[in-house]
Amino acid sequence: MRGGTVVDAGGSRRADVGLSQGDVVAVQAGLDAGPGVTVLDAGGCVVAPGLVDLHAHLRQPGMEEAETVESGARAAALGGYTAVVAMPNTDPPIDGAAVVREVLGLGAKSACDVRVAGAITVGRKGEQLAPLAEMAALGVRLFTDDGHGVQDGRLMRRAMEYGSALGVVLAQHCEDASLASGGHMHEGEWSSLLGIGGVPAEAEELMLARDVALCRLTGCPVHFLHLSTAGSAALVAAAKGQGLPVTAEVTPHHLTLTDAAVASYDPVYKVNPPLRAQADVDALRRGLSDGTIDAVATDHAPHPQEAKEAPFDEAPPGMLGLETALAVLLTDLDLPVERLLALMSWQPARIAGVSGAHGGPIVPGRPANLCVIDPAASWVVEPGRLASRSRNTPFAGRRLTGRVRHTVLFGEPVVVDGQAQR
Amino acid sequence: MARGGQGTQAGEGAAAGSLRHLLSVADLGADGIAEMLRVTDSFVEVSERAIPRVPALRGKTVVSLFFEDSTRTRLSFETAAKRLSADTMTFSASTSSVKKGESLRDTVETITAMGIDAIVVRHGSAGVPWQVARWTDAAVINAGDGWHEHPTQALLDCYTIGQARAGAASDVEKVFAGLRVAIVGDVAHSRVARSNVLAFAALGAEVTLVAPPTLLPPSLAGWPVTVSHDLDAVLPGAEVVYLLRIQRERASEALLPSLREYTAGYGLTRDRSRLLRPDALVMHPGPMNRGVEIAAEVADLPCSVVTRQVANGVAVRMAVLFLLLSHPAQLEPGVAVDG
Repeated sequence: MRGGTVVDAGGSRRADVGLSQGDVVAVQAGLDAGPGVTVLDAGGCVVAPGLVDLHAHLRQPGMEEAETVESGARAAALGGYTAVVAMPNTDPPIDGAAVVREVLGLGAKSACDVRVAGAITVGRKGEQLAPLAEMAALGVRLFTDDGHGVQDGRLMRRAMEYGSALGVVLAQHCEDASLASGGHMHEGEWSSLLGIGGVPAEAEELMLARDVALCRLTGCPVHFLHLSTAGSAALVAAAKGQGLPVTAEVTPHHLTLTDAAVASYDPVYKVNPPLRAQADVDALRRGLSDGTIDAVATDHAPHPQEAKEAPFDEAPPGMLGLETALAVLLTDLDLPVERLLALMSWQPARIAGVSGAHGGPIVPGRPANLCVIDPAASWVVEPGRLASRSRNTPFAGRRLTGRVRHTVLFGEPVVVDGQAQR
Repeated sequence: MARGGQGTQAGEGAAAGSLRHLLSVADLGADGIAEMLRVTDSFVEVSERAIPRVPALRGKTVVSLFFEDSTRTRLSFETAAKRLSADTMTFSASTSSVKKGESLRDTVETITAMGIDAIVVRHGSAGVPWQVARWTDAAVINAGDGWHEHPTQALLDCYTIGQARAGAASDVEKVFAGLRVAIVGDVAHSRVARSNVLAFAALGAEVTLVAPPTLLPPSLAGWPVTVSHDLDAVLPGAEVVYLLRIQRERASEALLPSLREYTAGYGLTRDRSRLLRPDALVMHPGPMNRGVEIAAEVADLPCSVVTRQVANGVAVRMAVLFLLLSHPAQLEPGVAVDG
């Protein structure tokens, strides 16, 4: 990789990067490529550790018309990701060893290192603990019933107590089902005008506050998925202030869009948790800068076109994210690239337990999981040209600045000049 | 009050004659509402003729696309279309391919392919008329979308108030300036309330919403209204008392302890009706729950204009169809009515 600026947790420097046998073998200016060596042009680009997504719905098994592990992994690679955590709300759900093995097997030959999150409860029904140890033994590190929060406080307490002995992280989709019931967007000024049932911010904050208390009680590390409100950010900041082992993620759409977008009644803007108010967006952005928020995660949630052509209150929630996340944040946020990479690469890598292979420093001897970002490249999001099998991006038609030029997975170029190789 | 679901019209309050769709009252603005009511006046006259029919929309086809049962609204629109000599078709979701799993978009595109001029859409979900308008080149008229809007109801209510208070709707701005209107009941779940707040306020009325907090929208930021939880205090000053229908299931959703308690606090009971001004108008969009939001005797008092609302509905919908579908050159109502 020639001509780029290498950026990792250690800082940035101009250097070429030599790769061989899946590893980084040299990092220095003016590397001499010998005969027969493939040269990837990184001129004007940032050479970074591959991005790590803590939160992607790859829809397989069971919803292959929306996405497959293969298509989702390709979308991830095009977005600069070298590792993604596949969410367990598949059909059947990932709530035991068999489905864990199936999804890991599907990911093995894909364009990305596909890891798996397991369900906390059997069938994600919130009634009975899933076999956490059995799944942990297969390398599952994150557990969540994502799509639902675990409503029963006693069950969540037991999951944390049990999990605390397994070295795993429990990840919560914070949503009090009774408060959220009948809601399809953020409850507030816009839901009132539009006549759509709202989900109050408190539906998220109540469960988050409960789980902070349970974290204190059990000592089990807890990761909060897709924070969407200013109040949630404040609760996480307070928990961190007390030294509790909590982490939190936020999505690109909750950092850049508000509930005002729903005024179009286009279900592409329906997502769970819902797009919130500007004050929430502002607070989440501050949380990125002040360390409250540890990671940006996509919550990539593909849905077939026809599902999103339903009335707003009948359409399923969810938005694509893998192919646009980095570019949206480079375009809309004023964060230094080092900070952005911390949030999208090495910090999520630690939470996902994949730091050994992903997000690490770019030094000789480390696995070569890298992405090359052209920060000046300008492009327009065209849903029909995305690698995802679905089209439900809220950024359709947006001109973005910044694009992934190459992605390298264990030394193999899986994206070259913006084209997927697998 | 900012407007929800906009974006189909070029700018706010377009002259009614240049409208492509009627999705929200906000599409009209004060001038558009006034124009609509002036045209309604001509069609009220048509409705009183021995043969209440004019050829204004001959050759045009109007489809009513009703995903939610509403015989009254559908018949009102279809009568209006027929009196304008338009052809009408009815697409009822309960008897159609929707039951077989056809998507909303497929339904709209299929109907559009038949070569139609207007779609009158009623749906239980907010926003559907905006979606329909994206998938068809026909004119789209919102006949009620979820809790969101019901613009022709607001127009017929404005017309009825103008008629009752001035004799003719041509003085509508004068009638509404400073008019004190109380809208009482389940505002949160009412498309009628949202459209009427927009319409009454645009025309200069002072609107007070009267309801328990559980039946008000979560946020009233930007709404041009005041709020009261005390009907007895509001009634003596109200020139129009607009009662909303209470759905019986609200009591089972923890929004109300019971319908009985609602009636005690917010129903227009016989006792409470003594607080009405002598010149007050009592209105209701129908169908009424007699004994819940309105006592049977009160509904039948001379101050109740509920049946006039229904009668005016046809003429208002004739005006809407006419202004959306006739050629701009025909816009002078006199010309079209006679032609």
